[in-house]
Amino acid sequence: MARKLTRRTVLRTTGAAALTFGSGLLSAIDGAAAAAPKRGGHLRLGIGGGHSGDSLDPITFADLFMAVLGAGALYSRLTEVDVDGKLIGALAESWQASPDAATWTFELRKGVTFHDGKPFTSADVIASINHHRGPDSKSPIKQIVDPIESMAADGDSRVVIKLKGGNADFPYLLFDYHLCMMPEGAMGKGIGTGGYVLESFEPGVRAVAKRNPNYYRGDARAHFDSIELINFADIAARTNALLSGGVDIISGVDLKTLERLKSVPGIAINEQTGNKHFMFQMITTNDLYKDNNVRMALKYAVDREEMLEKILYGHGMLGNDHPVGPANRYFDRSLEQRAYDPDKAKFHLKQAGLSSLTVDLATSDGAFAGAVDMAVLYQKSAAAAGITVNVDRVPGDGYWKNIWRVRPFCASYSSGRATEDWMLSSSYLSGVPWNATQWSNEAFDKLLIAARTELDDDKRRQMYGEMQRLIRDDCGVIAPLFTNHVEAHSSKLAHGQVGNASEMDSGLMIERWWFA
Amino acid sequence: MTLATRLILGRLLLGLATLLVVSVIIFGAVELLPGDLADEILGQYATEETTAAIRRDLGLDRPAVERYFEWLGAIFSGDLGTSLANRREISEVMASRAGNTLFLAALVAVISVPLAIGFGLLAALYRNTLADRSINAIALSAISIPEFLIAYILIVTLSRTGWFPSFVVIDATTSLVDRIHQSLLPAFALTVVVAAHMMRMTRAAIMNLLASPYIEMAHVKGAPLGAVILRHALPNALAPIINVVALNLAWLVVGVVVVEVIFVYPGLGQLMVDAVAKRDIPVVQACSLFFACVYILLNLAADIGAILANPRLRHAR
Repeated sequence: MARKLTRRTVLRTTGAAALTFGSGLLSAIDGAAAAAPKRGGHLRLGIGGGHSGDSLDPITFADLFMAVLGAGALYSRLTEVDVDGKLIGALAESWQASPDAATWTFELRKGVTFHDGKPFTSADVIASINHHRGPDSKSPIKQIVDPIESMAADGDSRVVIKLKGGNADFPYLLFDYHLCMMPEGAMGKGIGTGGYVLESFEPGVRAVAKRNPNYYRGDARAHFDSIELINFADIAARTNALLSGGVDIISGVDLKTLERLKSVPGIAINEQTGNKHFMFQMITTNDLYKDNNVRMALKYAVDREEMLEKILYGHGMLGNDHPVGPANRYFDRSLEQRAYDPDKAKFHLKQAGLSSLTVDLATSDGAFAGAVDMAVLYQKSAAAAGITVNVDRVPGDGYWKNIWRVRPFCASYSSGRATEDWMLSSSYLSGVPWNATQWSNEAFDKLLIAARTELDDDKRRQMYGEMQRLIRDDCGVIAPLFTNHVEAHSSKLAHGQVGNASEMDSGLMIERWWFA
Repeated sequence: MTLATRLILGRLLLGLATLLVVSVIIFGAVELLPGDLADEILGQYATEETTAAIRRDLGLDRPAVERYFEWLGAIFSGDLGTSLANRREISEVMASRAGNTLFLAALVAVISVPLAIGFGLLAALYRNTLADRSINAIALSAISIPEFLIAYILIVTLSRTGWFPSFVVIDATTSLVDRIHQSLLPAFALTVVVAAHMMRMTRAAIMNLLASPYIEMAHVKGAPLGAVILRHALPNALAPIINVVALNLAWLVVGVVVVEVIFVYPGLGQLMVDAVAKRDIPVVQACSLFFACVYILLNLAADIGAILANPRLRHAR
């Protein structure tokens, strides 16, 4: 019986509720054992998402390769989301909020030096954050740093950050992989305080780094002597490299061949359900979609189970039409899972005064891999509810500029965010630029603003639960699937519990793993 | 001025004009693509403020014509410019990538040209025998199989056994022997594709000649078979063979993106594809100019080769 207990059956029989936070369950079933870490070895990583135009400036970090190399090896951040989802200190030792959560005081670790020997101080923190601020900012995380009113150094090892409004999650935001700490006056040169010192870097091709002998975390982290990241654009090439022993770990495993890969001796799989989710988005100000009954009909017409099976081959979790995922602290497991129900869809159509409905769904594999197939599955399941979905396949090139936020109904995805507030404030609050559905809900907006300054954990949990329900039942987002992060690696690699904030052990695989 | 020099000079001037046209077309084509660097870099994260800041910073807010002529002026003063995406010197980035691409092309040429001409001769000489038919069958299959499949087959057969790495890791410090060893698998994959074309052309050209009266004359006067082929037939067949070799070599430099991706070979093709995806126009322009140069020079070389191989063209009447 124990053999029959696969990850899939566990998910199905116990439901998402069984997923403990930080998904310790998954790693336990994957059987990755954790002995004491050992120093040594040369780690070779086969990673996708590198680009010839990459640079060492965190502002330009756009994909996995630079996130893992930059934020995961060369640079450090102030805080870190630990494997169990708790926030721990990295370069910041501790932090304190004012009662309104608008003023944050960070105590920095003392005695830390950059790769070039310069000591790390409060001036570097301010310079590194300012790097993303200002009217000329080109940073993708301008939204995170915009609420900062002012920053002041209080001695060499204390920084006081004043926000324009309260934000109880502010220290969590500092874990964003763009917020790397760099020496004042040498931004984006690859000089950081991280566990590895850069030796060579050819954008879009390869990077080599050796262990930082002065790493502030000493022997507790960064166990490999040296690391080598190789960019593989092609998923099959990546898989071949692992199978031929050319690399030790690969990112973004092809779900189609995952079961076969699992049966190869000497290969182990690491799989985590995180916050990344696939979506179909309706613009709620559009004439057709402004009626919530139409939106509800379209939501009930989705056969999520079938999508999970056929798009993700079971390697994911059912979504509930809201963006808060199992790697979020206040993910509401008690919220009833929406199921495929053609009758309810028909009921809502009737409520909207319609006997049938025809919609154009713009989709492209440039939105996410599998988006076209997902739309075709949707077409079939929606037909049973009297809804005709015209699948309009568009080019992937330029998708985010020309289709997303432009076409009234289109495929989209989100990697999710580390905190509920960040996710919801950036993409669901009325009027913000990334609110792709142009959804506006007064009750939701009020709750969201109030939760920001609420420091009581139980109250926040309740508030965010209510917000998840509001989005599920009113917003223009259909979110049928959360997809797993899947890596395959040589069984010579060992690790403890694995984080699920993002791919590759929350991007910290190089720091946290070792050769057994 | 001899006929040959005049011809070469004329071709070089035409080549320059072609480069100019190519640069206009490429610039226009990239401009026509939806979205610019600012949109592509930020993707889903783009907000109007941040994209506007990038455009201001890179001068993308200025008219396309102005940017084109500025770029053209810089080219004439020998400056390829910097990548818009990461501000690296394009000449620097391209030098190593172009070196790798040319190295791979040279390796393939060294393997495939003798192979193709040898087998082409063989097939022509033993026309309609089993040998000819098998060579043809293999060549036609090789042409028909897409190169990525050939690459995967090579990886599964030759790399899983541990003889060759399945991907390439080379930089300036890699030794020549190591470089060749690593590049052999991609070179094999490309050889399969180009050798077949060249072989078919060699066979056709030689067969054509073998039917002509002067070859029959050579046979009749009692020249040994080897001499008939090497002294009488081959020199006259050289022009078309040189042409197909030149075309294939040009393809090796500009058209091997798929093989580059599969073997993670750091060549120019991948650089250009990346640059197009990110709308990094100066890099796209520099790569396309390089590719156009390769085509023009190889065609020129083919012409000169054909002239040298043909006495009627060598001596002005």
